[in-house]
Amino acid sequence: MKLYIKYDGIMACRVILQEQLEKHQVKYQLLDLGEIEIDEGVTEERFAEVQESLNRYGIYILNNQKSQLIQRIKDAIVEMVYERDKLPSTTISHYLSEKLNFSYGYIANIFSEYTFTSIENFIIIQKIERAKKLIVEEELTLTEISYKLNYSSVAHLSSQFKKVTGLTPSMFKRIIDKRRLLVNQVE
Amino acid sequence: MITHKDPIHILLADDDEDDRNFFSEALAELKMTNKVTLFKDGKELMDYLDNPDIKMPHILFLDLNMPGKTGFDCLKEIRANSRFKELSIAIYSTSSAEKDIEETFVGGANIYIKKPNDFSKLKKVIKDVVNINWQFHSSGLNKETFFFSI
Repeated sequence: MKLYIKYDGIMACRVILQEQLEKHQVKYQLLDLGEIEIDEGVTEERFAEVQESLNRYGIYILNNQKSQLIQRIKDAIVEMVYERDKLPSTTISHYLSEKLNFSYGYIANIFSEYTFTSIENFIIIQKIERAKKLIVEEELTLTEISYKLNYSSVAHLSSQFKKVTGLTPSMFKRIIDKRRLLVNQVE
Repeated sequence: MITHKDPIHILLADDDEDDRNFFSEALAELKMTNKVTLFKDGKELMDYLDNPDIKMPHILFLDLNMPGKTGFDCLKEIRANSRFKELSIAIYSTSSAEKDIEETFVGGANIYIKKPNDFSKLKKVIKDVVNINWQFHSSGLNKETFFFSI
């Protein structure tokens, strides 16, 4: 039997962090997305153990300052796209520089140097990624999805979807449906 | 985790020698450090992939029309094996029919490339493909819904 599930990745991640840190008896405090404060007294050995068990879940502790900043920028964007029903009322550049405490110029430069894409482009990729997720979940119509993701119209969402993926949302949906059918036949 | 310093390992299977040369030249001009392994047919490619000791490559460019084992045969074999679930597959073909594109994605491809006929366009396409693939790898985007047609 094949079931389709929906999940909250951010919440799952927080629970995994809590469970693993408690398992290794590390005193911690979960801060904003992607940040934890841990007790200074943790031995190197234990730290390595924690790291290893988190890696199994695809969670990595970042050591390098620049990769930390890149990750914080990505997290801030993902949070903006996924957690807010509406994008911030200020501009995105203002939002990011306030949140990360650096000038937008600095953030934008370091981001494109390390990720081979621009912040603007990354936001679009994330929005389309969320649109895909919502289409697959089948709970909302395309019009509702376009509203939720702050597009001015369903035509605007469709054209950006096509620009990013090369496919129309309906063709995307058809491929997903056919794949599901195929997998179900095999099982 | 992939950082921008790890070289991207790219495989290419194409029976046309000129095309293989064009691809390697285009890849050599990428900003991202990369390593390319070339195959002249589907059998050679599958023999390589069947070796369990290889480090999993990041992306495979696969020509759809090859004599013997076709690109579509390779696609089916690769997608039937869960060992390759992290490997992105970019199919390229001369067809731009919606039906062919759809069939390729349903068969498990991630990227569909309509082969451009001039070199500068090909370079741009390869750059876009490697870039979008890297975004998927490095930003934890969902592989199940990774379709990109160019």
